[in-house]
Amino acid sequence: MTHRTRNWLLLAPAGTWFLVMLIIPLTVVFIFSFGERAPSGGVVLAFTFEQYANLPARFAAFKNTMTLAPIGTLSALLIAYPLAYFLAVKADPKWKTILLVLVIVPFWTSILIRSYAWIFLLGGRGIPALLDWVGIEGVRLINTPFAVLMGIIYGYLPLMVFPIYVSLDKLDKRLLEASSDLGAKPWRTFLQITLPLSIPGIATGCMLVFILLMGEYLIPALLGGGKVFFVGNALVDLFLQSRNWAYGSAVAVTLVVVMLITVTVYMRLLNRLGASREDVSIM
Amino acid sequence: MKLYAICVYLFLYIPIGVIALFSFNAGRHASQLQGFSTKWYGKALNNPFVIDALETSLMVAFASALFASIFGTMAAVALQGIRGPVRVAFDLLIYVAVMIPGIVIGIATLIGLVTVFDQLNPLIAAIWPDGFMPPKLRMGMGSLIAAHTMFLMALVVIIVRARLAGMDRTLTEASSDLYATPMGTFRQVTLPMIFPAILAGFLLSFTFSFDDFIIAFFVAGSETTLPIYVFSSIRRGVTPEINAIGTMVLGVSLLMLITAQLLLQRGGKKSR
Repeated sequence: MTHRTRNWLLLAPAGTWFLVMLIIPLTVVFIFSFGERAPSGGVVLAFTFEQYANLPARFAAFKNTMTLAPIGTLSALLIAYPLAYFLAVKADPKWKTILLVLVIVPFWTSILIRSYAWIFLLGGRGIPALLDWVGIEGVRLINTPFAVLMGIIYGYLPLMVFPIYVSLDKLDKRLLEASSDLGAKPWRTFLQITLPLSIPGIATGCMLVFILLMGEYLIPALLGGGKVFFVGNALVDLFLQSRNWAYGSAVAVTLVVVMLITVTVYMRLLNRLGASREDVSIM
Repeated sequence: MKLYAICVYLFLYIPIGVIALFSFNAGRHASQLQGFSTKWYGKALNNPFVIDALETSLMVAFASALFASIFGTMAAVALQGIRGPVRVAFDLLIYVAVMIPGIVIGIATLIGLVTVFDQLNPLIAAIWPDGFMPPKLRMGMGSLIAAHTMFLMALVVIIVRARLAGMDRTLTEASSDLYATPMGTFRQVTLPMIFPAILAGFLLSFTFSFDDFIIAFFVAGSETTLPIYVFSSIRRGVTPEINAIGTMVLGVSLLMLITAQLLLQRGGKKSR
């Protein structure tokens, strides 16, 4: 058996699997997005832009996603950066690994259960009941944009900390010493050396979190209570409740296109700033 | 600085801790802390719906993690020796599989498979011998395993490839200089070195599949996985039973994740 045949045989199962379970389904979605809704609930194949013309009907979902996703990403960044800085620069090396693992591990556990924890905390018998007890009455937390934002920060904080930690950890500590030897104040050293050198990490973290947030369904569904809904919630509604496959496909295609455009523009901007994206594995 | 770090760790772990704490609470509500009890665990484990969902989840997670680690490792090994368009195509596929939101993967798999099944079912019925009930393809455990395997395969390829790239190339060269067959080199040199990565990939895949809600929500047909069961129970209201199930799910994932982490680190040191 030659090298070539062997490699082909090794690639065959994965290749077939990707073809049947990824390429064909995505193509079907793309084709259906130009179709029409059949009276029976299926799709009549056609070539019409009617579904795309109808997109403004779901404008609110896109608007919510495109406001809460950036706000969530920025809030996660603001909370994550000092922690990443602490882990990379200040923490005792003996404890570093374990502290890092403790940050990452929650990210790989069930987002469903972790969001549920916030229902439990923010719901009527959680923090509001506690506030009631100390005299602050009538606070409603669950089913508000605030609850969704809390869920987002809680869910995605670990993903933000890790890439920033990696870029800060690689930073040559002698640069910091040199800076302070030359008489720079700590905040100046931070602004002129540490922060610029950690931009690749910030960029990677923000992109990872932002991409995942754009497709989010669970957090708004559980903590937004139908009032704060994302594109993901619109998609579930269109496919599982109203069974409008043609329109749903158009919404799904639009989501992916918006995502690709955002990521491309973002990468261009970063390249212009002179920072190169680095590959950071999360585990 | 240190204080800030402590606050963030509290933020990360208090909600999980609260769930675990109240899963052992005898009272029904958070406001009724009534002492230690394991009755909610008993109630959850005696609920036939929970057990059913748990079995489905475990079966799906095991099968898809197994398929994903085998086929993903095969692909990663082959990609090591390939350049050109095939390599580019595979890199693109892996990128797409990881980048596309889970919800879009779920939707695409649902309508893609339903469309294909609608075409295939009459065909199967037509060629099936008379007098026998022809099998009917439909959404269910099979489609769920297939969908999870696709996504997890990409993950395994990434993990195993990282290990292969970090491997000392002179070892495989020495092995073939000493007249080992390619298969012998693979079995005696490459495989033992990448095995921790494969095992870590398996454990991560298992956790991923076990915890996945959104793909299963679309693809599972009439099957109910544990996350789907929990989601619909939450919709009906918060109960201590969910706290108990949640604590068990978190416990199992934590155990698997820490094992995977240790495997990746230990293996990483060895190959350096």
